[in-house]
Amino acid sequence: MTRLGTAVVTAAAIVAVAAPFFLKSFGIYLISSWAVLTIAAIGLNLTLGYAGQVSLAQGAFVGIGAYTVTLLMQAGVPFVLAFIAAGLLCFVIGWILGYPALRVQHHYLAFVTLAFTTLVFLVLRNEQWLTNGIYGITGIARPVFFGWSTGKAFNFYFFSLGVLVVLALVVWWMLHSPWGRAFVALRENPLRAASLGLDTRRYTLLAFAIGSSLGGLAGALYAPLVQFIEPASFSISMSFNLLLMVIVGGSGYFFGPFVGALIAVLLPEWLRITEGYYLIVYAALVMVMMAACPSGILGLVERLLKAVTSSGKSAPAIGAERTAP
Amino acid sequence: MASFVQLLISGLATGAIYALIAVGFSLLWQTSQTINFAQGEFVMLPAFFVLAAMNFGAPFWLAALVGILAAVVVLGLLFKLVVVDPMLRYGVLPLVISTIALSVLLKESVKDFYSSQAEPFPPLVPAIDIHVFGAVMSTQSLVVLAVAIVTVVVLHLWLNKTRTGRSMQATAQNPALARILGVPVQRMVLYTFLINAVLVAIASILISPIYLAKFTNGETLGTAAFIAAIIGGFNQVRGAILGGIILGVLDNLSAAYLSSQYRGAFPLLILIAVILWRPQGLLGRAEERTV
Repeated sequence: MTRLGTAVVTAAAIVAVAAPFFLKSFGIYLISSWAVLTIAAIGLNLTLGYAGQVSLAQGAFVGIGAYTVTLLMQAGVPFVLAFIAAGLLCFVIGWILGYPALRVQHHYLAFVTLAFTTLVFLVLRNEQWLTNGIYGITGIARPVFFGWSTGKAFNFYFFSLGVLVVLALVVWWMLHSPWGRAFVALRENPLRAASLGLDTRRYTLLAFAIGSSLGGLAGALYAPLVQFIEPASFSISMSFNLLLMVIVGGSGYFFGPFVGALIAVLLPEWLRITEGYYLIVYAALVMVMMAACPSGILGLVERLLKAVTSSGKSAPAIGAERTAP
Repeated sequence: MASFVQLLISGLATGAIYALIAVGFSLLWQTSQTINFAQGEFVMLPAFFVLAAMNFGAPFWLAALVGILAAVVVLGLLFKLVVVDPMLRYGVLPLVISTIALSVLLKESVKDFYSSQAEPFPPLVPAIDIHVFGAVMSTQSLVVLAVAIVTVVVLHLWLNKTRTGRSMQATAQNPALARILGVPVQRMVLYTFLINAVLVAIASILISPIYLAKFTNGETLGTAAFIAAIIGGFNQVRGAILGGIILGVLDNLSAAYLSSQYRGAFPLLILIAVILWRPQGLLGRAEERTV
């Protein structure tokens, strides 16, 4: 990272820690949902931005994670175990769903994952004995760790932020390991990656599985955050929203999901003056942005910085030189 | 048996509408690599053009013409110039995102500026039940089927028998070669966008009397069109027709005989099966991979 980048990230971290001290409970709820959604978006960014696989299933994995943690906690399993189980389950399902990724690419995969999301929604809605159907599950308890309760919005935010930081560090470490470089090679040129001796099959599955498990972990936090889950929350629109977060922030940039999720959470509040027309404005903004700068906000920032310094001496981070897969 | 025939006829009628939507969808894909995620909303919208024209006092036939013309201008010409053209150089994904956003935009605009209610839509013919060998068929299903068949036949003849149609096929199969042979490729691409607009407008006028005109109509229709196009073969017009009809019939039969709760799941399972075992679709050709 460049010196400027370090400074910006440090400043953002200070804001993230200080913010809840100045916010009312609704504000804290918003930034908590930012932290949770960012985790899911980081997972999708891994699948889409680094490994180059278009997935419209991330919302479904958030749903699977949310239901897993809720049902396990209702059965008396401690939160930590339920949390890990949600991640593992989504890893396994993601691995299985990754198989189509080996046969087909791009738009076909988008449709397979879209079909998967709809199937998950149907199961959540129809299997009432397990999920309580369309009525959803209410009164989900927030976890307590060694007497420290996350019941209050303030505490829950720091808990979510902590999980986000830990998971982001793990992903950061992974991307700078040979694994991460293999993911990028896979996106840039699968045939060449294969000819260089990469097991593309294994890495594609891994990209999918790890991305999905991050979706599941985000879901495991989403359930206690919202304290109410229903099938409709995890329908295709959530997957679309997560996809938009990754694209708007800048797919393939490590900090893209952080920015994208922040915009997705804050924009409805900023656009409150437009009243009912919020979605129209948001959709129009996305379309303008896709036409003007498909590499997202961080892509735009990078382009502006290059134009200002116009030296180009700093080497871009892994994957930062590419825009969309 | 009688109920089976009934289900089959109404399934064919639904399938024929899916086929119209899927044909337009795969035409766009073939000539300009546009995956239109807003195709469902494209079907939802023209019905509201027609209703708006009728609010100004136009008779139904005139309003229907106005609706089709408005669709050609907005969903054909403007869609290509404003949304697709600036994005093509970025590749497939940004355009996919943009059409997803467009679908939200169209849906919300209709909801906010016209109505959030399901609006009644005038049928082409009065609904009368016809009894044939104990099976009850509505005139509506039969008319839908007839109009859809005529549309598809006209399109097929036009694509294969006229010079313009054959130029369009050449553009779809190999744009570079078509250009060398003197085909005005850009104009041909524009034609496919206009044809798609006409197809979705016809589909809209056919389906709205049955489903009522509502801003959410596009959600199921769009998915049905993708699935039909993929089942049949993304790169074949014939495939899209076959896919649409299979989907419509299957949807009706499975809801009646298997499980109505999981009605939505059967097309998806078939979709996944087709993609896994025959990704080029039932009638499609395998596309070569670019290195």
